[in-house]
Amino acid sequence: MNLIALLLALPVAGALVLALVSDGRRGARINIVACALTFLATLAVVIAPPAPGALGRIDGLNAVILGLNGLVVLTTSLFSARYVVHEAATGRLAGLRLRLYHALYQVLVFAMTLALVTDNLGVMWVAIEIATLTTVVVVGLYRTPEAIEAAWKYFMLGSVGIALALFGTILLYVAAQPVVGEGPDGMAWSVLREKVAGFDPGLVNLAFVFLLLGYGTKVGLSPLNAWLPDAHAEGPTPVSAVLSGLLLNVALYAVLRVKMLVAAHPDALAPGPLMMAAGLFSLMMAGVMLYRRRDIKRLFAYSSIEHMGIMVLAFGIGGPLANFAGLLHMMMHTLTKSALYFGVGAAAQIKGTQKLSDITGLTVSHPALGWALVAGGAAIMGLPPAGIFMSEFLLVTSSFAAMPALTLALVAGLLLAFGALAGKIAGIAFGPPSPDAGLAAAPVEVAIGPMVLHLALVFVAGVWLPPALADLLRQVAAMLG
Amino acid sequence: MGNLVFDIAHLLAGLQVLVSFLLLYQDRLGALIRVFALQAVLLTLSVAWQAYAQGAPHLYVTAAIALAFKAVLIPIALDRMVTKLGIHRQVETVVSVGPTMLAGICLVGLSLVVMLRVTAGEADALAREDLAFALSVVLLGLLMMVTRRNAVSQIIGFMSLENGLILAAAGARGMPLVVEISVAFSVLIAFIVIGSFVFRIRERFDSVDVDSLERFRGGRG
Repeated sequence: MNLIALLLALPVAGALVLALVSDGRRGARINIVACALTFLATLAVVIAPPAPGALGRIDGLNAVILGLNGLVVLTTSLFSARYVVHEAATGRLAGLRLRLYHALYQVLVFAMTLALVTDNLGVMWVAIEIATLTTVVVVGLYRTPEAIEAAWKYFMLGSVGIALALFGTILLYVAAQPVVGEGPDGMAWSVLREKVAGFDPGLVNLAFVFLLLGYGTKVGLSPLNAWLPDAHAEGPTPVSAVLSGLLLNVALYAVLRVKMLVAAHPDALAPGPLMMAAGLFSLMMAGVMLYRRRDIKRLFAYSSIEHMGIMVLAFGIGGPLANFAGLLHMMMHTLTKSALYFGVGAAAQIKGTQKLSDITGLTVSHPALGWALVAGGAAIMGLPPAGIFMSEFLLVTSSFAAMPALTLALVAGLLLAFGALAGKIAGIAFGPPSPDAGLAAAPVEVAIGPMVLHLALVFVAGVWLPPALADLLRQVAAMLG
Repeated sequence: MGNLVFDIAHLLAGLQVLVSFLLLYQDRLGALIRVFALQAVLLTLSVAWQAYAQGAPHLYVTAAIALAFKAVLIPIALDRMVTKLGIHRQVETVVSVGPTMLAGICLVGLSLVVMLRVTAGEADALAREDLAFALSVVLLGLLMMVTRRNAVSQIIGFMSLENGLILAAAGARGMPLVVEISVAFSVLIAFIVIGSFVFRIRERFDSVDVDSLERFRGGRG
């Protein structure tokens, strides 16, 4: 049986089973098993890529993101199993809603996997649409006015984003059709890539602008980011981790695929400067916005915008070194940010609030959680020896070679965000501890394991990358051009 | 004969742009919903015409979906919702009608200039002008979404935007997945309508709206 089919079938089967399981604890366990199986299938696909078929085509780029997805989906399901116990006990996420939550988690895994493996730009669009719909429902799951507002905002902006992306996809097909011919080949990425040189450059340019705007909304690029902080703050925390860590990457992956197409066209506009501008603007905006955050989940949501901006900037600069930095940054950010959300989720449950002013002194009251958050915070700020320091350092070096003025802006943006995060994280970790919420009725079980695993990977990657992984990243960086 | 095919396709697409303008200045929700249904009927006709002109039977499915779902089901559902929530009287606009219409004219001009110039080398004239009309419908839908405060009229703006996308997809000769895409969009719209009905969202959440600022933004930052 084709491995890609298996990879796609597992989450579908998981979703079907979970839709039928009414017991929340059992649902959480089945969710873990389904994610573990998906992870194994992902590993098999990444290590021995199957031959391209109707369902998909594995090259280095999607292999890297698939592997990352498989791991983080599994660790998040482990965190989620502990997280939902407390939510079920407090009645925020119980009964039918918990069942829905678990089933949708698998649907989301399916949609992201499909978007990554498929070779067809139309199928990729449909998959990203399914992922959007799923996350909208999950974000609104708590049914508070804030959650519904967040879901509605995400819905509207996300829908407009994917609508623009679809228009871009249609334009790309119209550009391809005279050269490639009618039918599915006109949307197959690998076919387009070979024949792109013959396309009408004007149409390709226009398609790129629409696709960048459309998928850029899903990446959370400023100024199209209004949905992102709300969606991260109001939904269940495991979903915030998946959103920040994975779904943003999938949208960025879509942008990268299109960028590779456009870059291969001799007469089309150079996609780099547009992406550099968008990335730099997001970095700056998020850096400024970080200072005024009062909600812990929103704080890290803005930090996600900042880091997505850095990645888009890196891929916009292009070339082997900057692309390598962008890929490494993507991996490190995903691992760090999901680890942080694991910690933040537990902290918010312990304190019974998401307000930064009411979450202080965690290292005193809950040393393990507090220090893990400090480590994660140090990593996300880009302090050595974490992996993010490495990728940012590489990016700064390569940007200096490309355009010295850009380096200045980049470093300014990085420092801006650094200052904001340093102050907020110090407040969370140190100082007199704030009182815990009444936990007698619903104790919080902290899932420290997944967090430690992620952070360990991030800190090891900062000093030593496994040669096989470094080779793979180098290949992909060369492919990205 | 070939000219007649073009002319009818362009007539139907042009009529949709016109109906988009009609949508922009409706000040009652009931009328707005009926005008939208009219646009959906026009979309059905143009997709069916494309199906006939291109000899692509799968487009009839898309046309049928557009007719059953957007011209009949959704308008009925929205109409009942509007009656139930008692909001059928007035459409609240952020910008008044005059400037909105002017902006709409500019957007149509923009899309014609952009699309016709970009596709100047293109051989397929059918796709070319269809795309220009489709982009106009998309942009007018977007304009409607940003100039309306009421959730129902925002939904209609989005659906009108989507009409433009289906028009573009149907006009692109032999484009794969059109049926799948229209199904995916129908699911999306059903979600929006059901969601706004269940949660009784009357107003869009507007960051300019002082009320919602005070209610929600207060402690969250």
